[in-house]
Amino acid sequence: MLAQPISLAVDNISVAYPNGHLALKEAGFRLDAGTICGLVGINGSGKSTMFKSIMGLVRPGQGRVLVAGGPVEAALKRNLVAYVPQAEEVDWTFPVSVRDVVMMGRYGHMNLLRIPRAADRAEVQAALERVGMADLADRQIGELSGGQRKRVFLARALAQGGQLLLLDEPFTGVDVTTEEAIIALLKALRDEGRIILVSTHNLGSVPTFCDQVVLVNRTVLAAGPTAEVFTGPNLLRAFGGALRQHSLPGATPLPADAVVVLSDDERPLVMAPDGQVIGRLERDI
Amino acid sequence: MFDELLIPFQYDYMLRAMGISALVGAVAGLLSCYVVLKGWSLMGDALSHAIVPGVVVAWLAGLPFAAGAFASGMLAALVMAWLRDRTPIREDAVIGVVFTGFFGLGLFLMSIYPSNVRLRTIVFGNVLGIADEDIVQMAIIAVVVLGALALRGRDLMLSLFDPTQLVVAGGSPARMRILLLVLLAATAVAGLQAVGAVLVIGMLVTPGATAYLLTDSFGRMAGLAAGIGAGTGLLGAYASYFLDGSTGGSIVALQAALFVVVLVLAPKHGILASRRAAKVAAA
Repeated sequence: MLAQPISLAVDNISVAYPNGHLALKEAGFRLDAGTICGLVGINGSGKSTMFKSIMGLVRPGQGRVLVAGGPVEAALKRNLVAYVPQAEEVDWTFPVSVRDVVMMGRYGHMNLLRIPRAADRAEVQAALERVGMADLADRQIGELSGGQRKRVFLARALAQGGQLLLLDEPFTGVDVTTEEAIIALLKALRDEGRIILVSTHNLGSVPTFCDQVVLVNRTVLAAGPTAEVFTGPNLLRAFGGALRQHSLPGATPLPADAVVVLSDDERPLVMAPDGQVIGRLERDI
Repeated sequence: MFDELLIPFQYDYMLRAMGISALVGAVAGLLSCYVVLKGWSLMGDALSHAIVPGVVVAWLAGLPFAAGAFASGMLAALVMAWLRDRTPIREDAVIGVVFTGFFGLGLFLMSIYPSNVRLRTIVFGNVLGIADEDIVQMAIIAVVVLGALALRGRDLMLSLFDPTQLVVAGGSPARMRILLLVLLAATAVAGLQAVGAVLVIGMLVTPGATAYLLTDSFGRMAGLAAGIGAGTGLLGAYASYFLDGSTGGSIVALQAALFVVVLVLAPKHGILASRRAAKVAAA
């Protein structure tokens, strides 16, 4: 279907805002078809600026972004880039139904009047069924749970036919069961050859679903396969003092080699004392 | 008794007043959905006041009042955008300063030419004494606004709900913002003769706010708001014949009354329904 498989190349970009703030400096990485990549960094590290550059919302002062080998504008015209917004960015009281939102993904395929054809309706229905939201299609979006809300916007990205999916903090306000369902869906989409770029500061989930990781802090600190990049020393560089380190009180009645992690919904990342990543807490004790 | 109720329909001026009020009411009602969802009520109020000096200047220069009014509204919008981007003053203060400044200037200019009755109607409206040439201007504006919404209404809605998705779909939120400003100013100009500059914002907010309480679908909200605008425009003009009062006041007061009824009784978002739902949830 595509002339060439999807790819994303962020080539040495620098982005400065009119107020003089340099959000990204000489940042670069490259992704090829069929991968899930975590864009990891603290708030204010330039994650959203990176997203905006890839969507053409801001223009880098230096360097360039290439999607499928061409400029961003051309990729947008071909509806290759799809975006799943953060929950906080959406007005959940807006008078639109689940189906209306998913149909918005088809706007780029319609003519100027944006009147849906039978093919558009079929794509919307297929996307709704794929994410398991067909039964709730006529609900107003504010009546959905956190996980259902996320799936609606994923369905929109699917209906659009996006090959490069950008997800902004997809696991905020989502319980662990739903997180697993979303991850399963993302993996299926990856296996169909899409690139999925997930912006997150939820470290615990990264090793479980990201094939690659891009660590950002005003620039790209490291990029590559998760096992090579998602390491203690790199994370400390990316997060600096912002990474909370929990040490256990010495007087606990536990064997010396035991590790105890207390946490709420978000699964914590567990690191060895030497900074090596052990993994994510899989099971409650 | 029944014959008396039909009296307004025997007068040509009443038929014209009811017709034009219904038309402007429908167009303003449709646009009010976008105003309410964008949170631009204050901006709409500002624009409708800021068109007054343009009307006086147009009269002095012998131009159509709509042209002067529209130019004045756009100038005010530009000044507001300029001040907002280049000063640390907050947006509501910028709007407050600019629209009162324009409105004050308009009233001052008007006071210099107190003999001109037609100018005075701009502030408070006088649809009963509307001139034929003004009817033509209003009809043209109504058709243009309806046409623009038919063509770009879906993109405009998307720019309010999710501007990023509009960019992804190849549209421009900045252009949609300008479109909404232009449509607002144009509709405010059309509403001048019907209800006057002071009250036109009522027609540009209340029907949308009322419809918002009645439905969760944008399409139905737009239809309801247009219907409410047209119905209250017609009824308000009709009632003003018997009440012997201001047509503009009658139309906007009727809209406000309908809003209160809906606020209490709306099936899902009304006060009574919310109370019932809270009781059921607590039980």
